[in-house]
Amino acid sequence: MRAWLPSLLRAALLAILLAFLVSPGWFEPLLKPLVQDNAPAIYNQGSLLTLTLLHLRTVAIATIAAIIVAVTLAILVTRPFGAEFLPLSRSLVNVGQTFPPVAVLALAVPALGFGEKPTLVALFLYGLLPIFENTLTGLTTLPPSVMEAARGAGMTDRQRLFRVELPLAMPVILAGVRLSVVISLATATIGSTVAAKTLGEVIIAGLQSNNIAFVLQGGLIVGALAVLIYDGLSAIEAVLARRAGL
Amino acid sequence: MSLRLDKLGVVIALLVAYGTLVAPFATFRANRIVPGEAKSILAALPVGAGVVLLGLMVVAAAIILLKTPALLRLAAAAVSLGAIALFIGLTATYLTPPENTYARVSPASGFWVLLFANALLAADSITRLRPRPGVRVLLLLATLAGATAILVSGLWDGLSILKEYAGRADVFWLEAGRHVALALGSLFASVVVGLPLGILCHRVEPLRAGVLNTLNLIQTIPSIALFGILIAPLGWIAVNVPGAAAIGIRGIGAAPAFVALFLYSLLPVVANTVVGLAGVPREANEAARGIGMTDRQRLFGIELPLAMPVILTGIRIVLVQNIGLATIAALIGGGGFGVFVFQGIGQTAMDLVLLGAVPTVVLAFAAAIVLDALIEMNTPSQNRGRTA
Repeated sequence: MRAWLPSLLRAALLAILLAFLVSPGWFEPLLKPLVQDNAPAIYNQGSLLTLTLLHLRTVAIATIAAIIVAVTLAILVTRPFGAEFLPLSRSLVNVGQTFPPVAVLALAVPALGFGEKPTLVALFLYGLLPIFENTLTGLTTLPPSVMEAARGAGMTDRQRLFRVELPLAMPVILAGVRLSVVISLATATIGSTVAAKTLGEVIIAGLQSNNIAFVLQGGLIVGALAVLIYDGLSAIEAVLARRAGL
Repeated sequence: MSLRLDKLGVVIALLVAYGTLVAPFATFRANRIVPGEAKSILAALPVGAGVVLLGLMVVAAAIILLKTPALLRLAAAAVSLGAIALFIGLTATYLTPPENTYARVSPASGFWVLLFANALLAADSITRLRPRPGVRVLLLLATLAGATAILVSGLWDGLSILKEYAGRADVFWLEAGRHVALALGSLFASVVVGLPLGILCHRVEPLRAGVLNTLNLIQTIPSIALFGILIAPLGWIAVNVPGAAAIGIRGIGAAPAFVALFLYSLLPVVANTVVGLAGVPREANEAARGIGMTDRQRLFGIELPLAMPVILTGIRIVLVQNIGLATIAALIGGGGFGVFVFQGIGQTAMDLVLLGAVPTVVLAFAAAIVLDALIEMNTPSQNRGRTA
């Protein structure tokens, strides 16, 4: 019974999430006890489905940009040409993580204006760090015997990178992507403090009108998205790891 | 000193050139919220001072560009940083018309680029020098002391961020205290609860997956939502549990913020305790058992000391994360530096945003350096490389 239980729970979670997004009205009786008298129990200043899609789009754009930049940078600093940048890039990653998301968002506003852009910048910067760190780990901890064998087989640097190093490092890189996506999903909500259209809008509307039902539905949708996407990426990772023979 | 180019130096020198020659050094605004006028270094400073700063940057760029000893590069970075810090103060006195209290002078993109480039150079030369952990903390203290000295001297008083501060000095320190109390208090609570919980999870295998999965789930709830969700149960406790309201538990304010930070902190502490304890070599445990140590002696004498670097890494993650997340407490009336950030966003007054953001970043940065040093001091010397 144990083996299929998690999959069943995940499927149920997905079904509930979709039902809630498509027809939030069905869930009104559940949320009604949380609000006072005549306050609305379901977010009524926009469609939850649209906000969810916008939220996902923001996270997707930022993550794709972060993957491209972070993986390219990590490849560069692990080549002989970029070796001089390796120690610094490590400490930069460390320092970068100390910048609080709210500060990054707020400071990006004067340059980029209110709305989606500062959010994208903040998510991109936060997304970079885990992916860069993991790609670096993946590329620098390859078994020396494999690298020797690849060199012995007469592969060029380029062939080694694309046929040996990257495929072997892929599970670790994906773990970084997964971490980055989960962080971005949550951080994107803060983007709504600078007027980005994300699920944070629902939560902030709830905080402002003292409506716990809003806060709860905004938070739970993001939480459910994070759990489902995390599990989905873990599954892909497991398949890739098996294929890489790790 | 050979005349070879340093690759990283080329990048930094380009940044310095951009910050010096292209980007504006300071912005002048007639009042707090109107768009400003950008001023280059020569326009923002009295003639002599502007030339001195330009000259300094040229010398620094030359040192950076060539392959020079790390110590010289660090010195160049320190001198440049000091110069930028002093001269930005001068721009304020120079640009502000006498007796005008509305005009605002703030650092512009050129200042931030120069600051970033030189900080990068300092970070790189420190990485190359590989100082002992104690030396790194001393460098941090020296930097902070330098900044404090400039602050106390009043040189920066004309800058917009300090004008914002001057108007609300009392509130600033009150919120600073709340911010630190929130971040450190929740860290302390999470260690008190998380450490024993981690030890329990290590010893009782069936518990492990359940506890870690639950804590993982909490992490997926966005911070602003968790802060908000906790308002309801804490409000209920305040009303229904005698004495709760008296010790400061309320639906809004610091209590939900504290609980939320505590919940987020548990995962790194518990997970790292479990990982740290699992990494204790089997031989160490067997030897301890062999010489007749009790379970308790083994835990405190062998296991915890050996797991300490990993546990401290968890604590570092928590502290840095909490200092950042505590800014969000302001959204639910919990105070902290976030108060200025959100007020600033609301009034589109970026100086006010900076007044909240800069101390938060400095605090998080300092916490990271101190804890990194602590972790390194607690790591057995064979892993420490040259610094041992």
